[in-house]
Amino acid sequence: MAAASCGREQGASMAALARLQERLEGLREEYFLTNRAIDEDRKRKYKAAVKIQRWFRACRVQVCLRHLTKMVILIQKWWRGYLRRKHFREIVEIQKTWRGYYVRKYIHNFYALKKYLKAVSMNNEFVRHELQEYTEMKENEEKMKDLEKKDKEKKYQARKMHYLLSTKQIPGIYNSPLRKSPDPMELLLQKSKPLTHRKQPVKSPFADELYGWPTCKEPPAFVTSLPLLHADRRKPQGPFRDPAEVLRQRYKPLEPTLRARESMYSAPGKAREPTRREEWRNPIHDNEFLPFSSYHKNYEKYEPSLFKSDKYGQEAYGTKYFREVYPKKWIADKDFETLFPSIALFEKFGKTYSSTGQIV
Amino acid sequence: MSQRQVLQGRLGRGPGPGPGQRGWGWGWGWGSGAGARPLTRRSPADPALPPAVFEQYQRARSQFAQAVADFAARPQSIDTLRSAGVVCLLRPLLLDVVPSIRQTAALALGRLADYDVELAEAVVKAGILPQLICSLPEENRYYKKAAAFVLRAIAKHSPQLAQAIVQSGALGMLVICLEDFDPGVKEGASWAFGYIARHNPELSQAVVDAGAVPLLVLCIQEPEIALKRIAASTLSDISKHSPELAQTVVAAGAIAYLAQMIPNPDAKLKRQVLSALSQIAKHSVDLAELVVEAEIFPVVLTCLKDSDEYVKKNGATLIREIAKHTPELSQLIVNSGGVAAVIDCIGSCRGTVRLPGIMTLGYVAAHSENLSMAVIVSKGIPPLCVCLIEEHEDHIKAAAAWALGQIGRHTAEHARHVAVANVLPTLLDIFVDTCSSEDLKVKAKKALKNILQKCTYLPALEPLLHEAPPSIMKYIIGQYSKVLPHDSKARRLFVTTGGLKKVQEIQAEPGSLLQEYINTINNCYPEEIVRYYSPGYSEMLLERVENYQPVL
Repeated sequence: MAAASCGREQGASMAALARLQERLEGLREEYFLTNRAIDEDRKRKYKAAVKIQRWFRACRVQVCLRHLTKMVILIQKWWRGYLRRKHFREIVEIQKTWRGYYVRKYIHNFYALKKYLKAVSMNNEFVRHELQEYTEMKENEEKMKDLEKKDKEKKYQARKMHYLLSTKQIPGIYNSPLRKSPDPMELLLQKSKPLTHRKQPVKSPFADELYGWPTCKEPPAFVTSLPLLHADRRKPQGPFRDPAEVLRQRYKPLEPTLRARESMYSAPGKAREPTRREEWRNPIHDNEFLPFSSYHKNYEKYEPSLFKSDKYGQEAYGTKYFREVYPKKWIADKDFETLFPSIALFEKFGKTYSSTGQIV
Repeated sequence: MSQRQVLQGRLGRGPGPGPGQRGWGWGWGWGSGAGARPLTRRSPADPALPPAVFEQYQRARSQFAQAVADFAARPQSIDTLRSAGVVCLLRPLLLDVVPSIRQTAALALGRLADYDVELAEAVVKAGILPQLICSLPEENRYYKKAAAFVLRAIAKHSPQLAQAIVQSGALGMLVICLEDFDPGVKEGASWAFGYIARHNPELSQAVVDAGAVPLLVLCIQEPEIALKRIAASTLSDISKHSPELAQTVVAAGAIAYLAQMIPNPDAKLKRQVLSALSQIAKHSVDLAELVVEAEIFPVVLTCLKDSDEYVKKNGATLIREIAKHTPELSQLIVNSGGVAAVIDCIGSCRGTVRLPGIMTLGYVAAHSENLSMAVIVSKGIPPLCVCLIEEHEDHIKAAAAWALGQIGRHTAEHARHVAVANVLPTLLDIFVDTCSSEDLKVKAKKALKNILQKCTYLPALEPLLHEAPPSIMKYIIGQYSKVLPHDSKARRLFVTTGGLKKVQEIQAEPGSLLQEYINTINNCYPEEIVRYYSPGYSEMLLERVENYQPVL
């Protein structure tokens, strides 16, 4: 049985061997191909492995670095803040002192304010004083005016009552014999001149109206009657006309023509303006209307100028004088030449004294 | 024959032949009489009948016109005239042939319209205005004056009537009158313009658009005083409404001429000139500066010493209008001594005349503390106190209270000056007084508040402590609470004068500001004193006495 089995096994192994040998030729090729494939992959896989490892290591290092930078930043932050705050406090200290000084010196300067207020009160005193003087002056003026008015009144009354003056025989009422000295009214009467009987000059009827009009208290006094001025003046002696007639003629109111009464600027006046202008612009003939028929003969004579005329007639001037304008009138056939007159002194040159004994 | 003679007699064939001796008024009227138809059969021997009829009619018309004019001058007869329908009767006379009748009729209408609104409206409704102004340029100066009188008499009553005048085209005619040579005509025309422009800005604008302002400025330069017055018053009326109108007046160069007229001795002229300048200056800073540049200071200060009350008032108004705009202008006024003059002016006047002066001081003091100090140094507080006490009118008292508040509100120094003048009790009295108006009470309270918040002068605060109502009390207590912690003498005085006791009696809500102040004050003093002065302490002590068991 073992032999059978060995035999069977040998047979199987022989079969296997045969099979193996069949595959042997292909085995080498297969082996080579596999190795080649693996070889090719190897490089790629190696590179990939390196890449991955590199990446991972970088991450680790980065984490480390990040941590470190954070710490550094923290420290720097804190340090710089501290520095600046210290500096800030120093700066504010300076600014504080400066601002205090500036405000006290210029803006809220206490002493300047005091000086200013003192100046203001002095100025006020001055102004008050001036104004007081001004009021006093005004009051004085008023008083003076009143006094003058009263004085004038008194003088006028004295002039009106001059007849109360005392005469040699009869003492006036202001000069009573029981008094020691005459009343001041008496003295005033002595000084005053009596009023004449002439009536007060009547103001012309127009002068009042100018200033009475704003309130229009009086109606316009239109001239229905002659002014009272000279109504009953007697005719002076001599060959004079009746005074009433004369006055009528003198005060005859102006009766201008319609044309003159209208103002230039009124509507019809303005309407005439274009016709006036046209007439001036388009005259039919240029000669003015002459008042007399022989006007031009007798009144429009030419008057020669005194400068160029003498007793023998008038020297011609103007076109008659300048010869070059009319060559036909020339006597010679050329124009005058301008000759300079000889200078006497220069003519004598070389001729005053004899030269070499020759007598000139 | 006799019949004819009688008829002729009735025609009024007067004595004396010939027109020459009849008198001048009939010079124009004669021409119309020449073509008269005689009423009787003309005999060949007779000359043409004198046209007595026309003469009679003319005489009658002129007499009627004059009579109406005379009657219209008397107020009692106007009603009779009105009921007789005189306006319609006068209307045809306005177009009469004879100029003097036209003038008298216009004058009569003017007087009627002047009296009463209804008559003025009747005059307008009767359609008189177009007739009045249609022939105005060719008329003589009396008619122009009468027509200007009518227009101004109508315009003065109400804006509607003035509007009717403007719409009827009268403004152009009035401008023509303003260009006339006669000063009376110019005066009438500018018066009419003044009354029209017075009512509202639109009418003022219409006056300005008619081109009246340059002519008015020319009128101001004329020598007649009455014309100057009226022109100044018209410019004042025009410029009072709005800054643009004031600018138009300024652009015509009015300020220089107005400023030149300030030293003029005539009082009424000065009133109008000062009023015109103040109406110009009130609108804006630029206009006020322009007025100041015309060198009115210090001449204006002499106006404050004038004998006429209204000149003083208008002068103070002008200074007020200038002072209220900016601190620089107020500074200018202080530097030129204006504050002193205003203070003297307040001291010398009574009544409404004082009001602008008081307001000037208020405005000047309100701008800055230096100016306020300047007002104090110029002795401004005593006249204001006197005003507060003496015056009867509430608005003047209110103005004085406001001015004092402005003076005292800046710093402790200012408040001290105000308090020393014994102003605070007066203000408190006014505030508490029941017959003061609302406005006065409000102003007094504000002034008190402003002054008290800065006042550290305790002797002045003390009388108020006892009398003040609760609304004021908190400020007073607040001030005490600020001062007492630092000043021991003041604490002692506070106790001895009974102030601490009063403070304990005040009941304040816990947590309110007043309670805090009271606590601060209480903390300044030792426990026992506070307890001693607290109300009901004596009862508490007595209670303790009662409950005490004596130790035998």
